[in-house]
Amino acid sequence: MESAPLLEITDLSVTFRGEAGESTPVRGVSLSVNANETHAVVGESGSGKSVTSLAVMGLLPKASSRISGGAIRYRRRDGLTSDLAHASDGEMRRLRGAEIAMIFQEPMTSLNPVLTIGEQIAEAVRLHLGYDRARAKARAVEMLALVEIPDAARRADDYPHHMSGGMRQRAMIALAMSCNPALLIADEPTTALDVTIQAQVLKLIDRLRLETGMGVLFITHNLGVVAEIANRVSVFYAGEVVESAEKRPLFHAPRHPYTRALLDCLPARAKRDENNRRILNPIPGQVAPVKAGCGFAPRCVHARAWCHEVAPALEAEDGRVIRCHRWQEVA
Amino acid sequence: MLKVIARRAFGLAIVLAIVGAMVFFLTRLAPGDPAALMLGDQASAEDIAKLRETYGLDRPVLVQFGLWLKEVFSGNLGHSIFLQRPVTQALAERAEPTFFLAVFSLLIAACIGIPAGIASAVWRGRMADQAISGFAMLAANIPSFWLGLIFIQIFSVRLGLFPVAGYGSPDAGLLERLRHLLLPASVLGIVNSALITRFTRASMLDVLDADFVRTARAKGLPERKVILRHAFGNALVPIVTVLGLTLALLIGGAIVTETVFGLPGIGNLVVSAVLRRDYPVIQGALLVVAAIYVLINLAIDVLYTLIDPRVRM
Repeated sequence: MESAPLLEITDLSVTFRGEAGESTPVRGVSLSVNANETHAVVGESGSGKSVTSLAVMGLLPKASSRISGGAIRYRRRDGLTSDLAHASDGEMRRLRGAEIAMIFQEPMTSLNPVLTIGEQIAEAVRLHLGYDRARAKARAVEMLALVEIPDAARRADDYPHHMSGGMRQRAMIALAMSCNPALLIADEPTTALDVTIQAQVLKLIDRLRLETGMGVLFITHNLGVVAEIANRVSVFYAGEVVESAEKRPLFHAPRHPYTRALLDCLPARAKRDENNRRILNPIPGQVAPVKAGCGFAPRCVHARAWCHEVAPALEAEDGRVIRCHRWQEVA
Repeated sequence: MLKVIARRAFGLAIVLAIVGAMVFFLTRLAPGDPAALMLGDQASAEDIAKLRETYGLDRPVLVQFGLWLKEVFSGNLGHSIFLQRPVTQALAERAEPTFFLAVFSLLIAACIGIPAGIASAVWRGRMADQAISGFAMLAANIPSFWLGLIFIQIFSVRLGLFPVAGYGSPDAGLLERLRHLLLPASVLGIVNSALITRFTRASMLDVLDADFVRTARAKGLPERKVILRHAFGNALVPIVTVLGLTLALLIGGAIVTETVFGLPGIGNLVVSAVLRRDYPVIQGALLVVAAIYVLINLAIDVLYTLIDPRVRM
């Protein structure tokens, strides 16, 4: 049992400057990832899950955004802890790719089209592990074989356009895994793939986690994927964590009205529960920046007057947290 | 690859045929007669007619065209009416200054334009970007003859660093001749760097936001490598295109600069040939320049395949 989590995000806020003024797509987010654990972050697009992952990587656009509050504590391999929210560029660079790796949503565009797959993997290996050219190339082939790309030695000399989407995402995973990261951030890695390929890629990520003991922060909007891969789940809504729990309790007894509504939208569940099926209220036009009250209140079937006026705090209960005034009444 | 080259070679032949025909007939549409110009105001109609006969100018235009084509196919561009030597020889004599000037200018333009364009894109919207874009705007709008005169005034007349004009004596060494080219090449380099800067900037901006650039950063690569290897490597296709087109333009048309600096190049040759209606020289020079144009385009296409594996067949 690990004593401290690998990654601990506390009260993180990210602010963007735009032409229409400032906005804060991530507000007071806290979550943690343990080694050998997959923590799924689930939410709609715009709920702040990708911004959170980019903040961990230090890849937020510098010109237009900043971390406006909170801390991202990462326990390094040498046992020390870095606060990634305030780390220097140099420190982030040494961690990125080496200890914290990331795979992205778009396998078609996330690889450099003018370099071979092997070159792109070898580049990271040479940088972080200090391998020479030949050893790095061998490592690239080894990694491609590890992610079950057939004929890896030959495939290493292929360019990304020679590969299918699923194959490219495997190559991305090979690249991410090439320097033995302790933490893998997967931002919707299966969203752009066919369903059958999705399942393979999920299995692959889970297998690699088991083999290496790395922690995985898995971003998705797909609850089916969450059910498949997560140990722990945080549900994001409008830049906040509204509920966080172990997978089992979350799926069996969702507490937050938003989580419940999401689960009710799953086809399998909806069928089983045909008679009292609830549909998530539609988004009420452009969601205005939340000034007061619960962010979910405008869409919540259980909302009362005070939900619109007083923002609920996170309440802890039995290993889970919920951000709702009325969860005890409606659950 | 070979297929591409073969296809382009076929294209080259067609372009040259069209250019040849157009040049031949258009030059003859212009008013004026080389024989009359050569003999001057005092010449009698009889003398002029005699001279026209000597050069075959009295025959029907189509017959002249046929004879010229026959010559061209045997590798002979004809005989200059005024220079008293074969057009190929006249061109060869003038080719060197033009060629070196073009290559030199392109080098200077690229050395200014590419780093400036990259810096401009990387620091988009900031002071450096605005300064570079302003400089590019200025450079694009400066007339080359004016900049040439200013440069001659400052560097040649005041500071005495460079020769005022010309290409050195015929027996001067290569270095001495290149020294004559430095000022005109700087002028053309600065003027042409503007377009290269803008293309580089636009092309870099396209790729700097690309997903694979984010992947490169996620690998932990230093920013310099992210920009030069991952971003610039993908921005090269438009940049190579504009470099090639600039080179072609420089070879075909550095006329003003050649005139200001008194360089005995192809531009000068063509201008005097046009003024004297020296048909064979005009035709020959334009045909050669057109051929170079097409060849440069072919070279650009070949370069594409080296830069971008997706173009390879």
